[in-house]
Amino acid sequence: MSPRVTSPSQDFVRGIWRENPVLVQLLGLCPALAVTNSVANALAMGLATFFVLMGSSLLVSSAKRIIPGEVRISAYILIIATFVTIADMTLAAVVPDIHKALGAFIALIVVNCMILGRQEAFASKRPVGRAALDAAGTGIGFIIALTMIGAIREVLGNGTFLGVPLFGPDFAPWIVMILPPGGFFTMGILLLAFAWWEERGEAPVKPRGWRVPVTRQVSEAPVPAGSAGARGGER
Amino acid sequence: MSIDLPTVGPGREPSSDAPERPPEASGRPRDAHGATPPSRPATSSFRLVLTLALAGAIAGFFIVLVHQWSEPRIEAHRALVLAQAVDEVLASPASTSVLWLVEGGFTTTPPPAADTSTLDRVWLGLDENGVPVGVAAVAAESGFQDVIRLIFGYDPGSGTVLGMKVLESRETPGLGDKIEKDSAFVAEFRNARAPLRGVKPNKATGAEGEIDMITGATISSEAIVDIINNRLDVVAAPLERFWSSGDRGAVGDDAVTRYDEVPDADVATEPAHAPGPRVHPTETEQGGQE
Repeated sequence: MSPRVTSPSQDFVRGIWRENPVLVQLLGLCPALAVTNSVANALAMGLATFFVLMGSSLLVSSAKRIIPGEVRISAYILIIATFVTIADMTLAAVVPDIHKALGAFIALIVVNCMILGRQEAFASKRPVGRAALDAAGTGIGFIIALTMIGAIREVLGNGTFLGVPLFGPDFAPWIVMILPPGGFFTMGILLLAFAWWEERGEAPVKPRGWRVPVTRQVSEAPVPAGSAGARGGER
Repeated sequence: MSIDLPTVGPGREPSSDAPERPPEASGRPRDAHGATPPSRPATSSFRLVLTLALAGAIAGFFIVLVHQWSEPRIEAHRALVLAQAVDEVLASPASTSVLWLVEGGFTTTPPPAADTSTLDRVWLGLDENGVPVGVAAVAAESGFQDVIRLIFGYDPGSGTVLGMKVLESRETPGLGDKIEKDSAFVAEFRNARAPLRGVKPNKATGAEGEIDMITGATISSEAIVDIINNRLDVVAAPLERFWSSGDRGAVGDDAVTRYDEVPDADVATEPAHAPGPRVHPTETEQGGQE
């Protein structure tokens, strides 16, 4: 099992754009939807996650020869939970207001599958330096995604950016944008924009599963399970 | 677009022949992980336990370190927030001291045997001449979304509420959170005669003790009124006795104002269900709030 060979810069840039954890891999959506009702909350959540991801990746990568394969997931969770607890207590002590706004979602970084995914897929197999680059890229990608969502929601839903009013007193805020549905709207539109950006310029692709082989097309007999049906399922 | 999916680990490595593999030559029985790939010898259970125990111990050590650093700061912040709130609802008294509720009466000096961390308490505010201006009491009960925790000032002499400030709430942003952001609503609680009564703005008669409800946040604003009234049911009578007794305690010298170690029992001292019919928060408020 030899890992795919990548250059250090690829390791770093990959998580920011092409494999952005939120906008492309669709990981860590719970905090991305729940605490992005203001830029400050989104930034704090992103930074806390970045800290946990970086710390865990460094530790997992350094200790990869010590951790037996059978208990590696337990060990990763233990490492991640330790960093999360440290981040939780530090935020409560340093920025109590933001800690109050983020509530339980700081503690829930433990179960952010983006972090565990990076440990299992990358940090546990690569040298420490590469693991740090990968964690930095993925963490920055997460911060960018959360801040984008938070900025859209705060500007439209509250008429402010980082608490600074933008539109004057006559602006009627779209309250729905800072309520949970606003998170889903924003996420959906961003994903749409991202997918369009990815596919622009590429030749239009025919939807794959729709093409049914002519030989099997219309048949009076019931189609045996696993022939035409399985083909459609490959999409 | 290539997504770096979590690559399969050793436990999931495709090794279809593993189950049929005969036991190892040494005769050592294979562990429960029958799919352990041949490339990696089975680790002894002792080493697994030791690894996790060691990791847990190290993790615990670091958490304790950070906890010891952060705990005083968190407590200091809580105390600061409470001190500012007391100052706000009592209109900046010159000094404050704590009154303890002991056996149905308020006293400035709790009995030495009593555990002060569980005693109910209010804060007494005094002006420059040591004349009491009022007390501040913390109360908490469920609102529309979650428990609302607030502090209010009360003058037992005249029986009026002096002011109200919400300490913690998770009411609906833009609607329910007006209970703390709508300054007109908060101002209603200045010098309002207890018991308070919530009324719709168009039905207000101008009587004392009437609080105009917020349109669109009826349940949240009614909850505030109920929380204050229920808390006064507990503390008003003993406070009036304390007020008329003239006991002001040794204020100003050794009376240390304690804002820390506020017991969570503050929440529990409230009656679980307010007397009289009360709209349950789970009833849909959306219709009323939209």
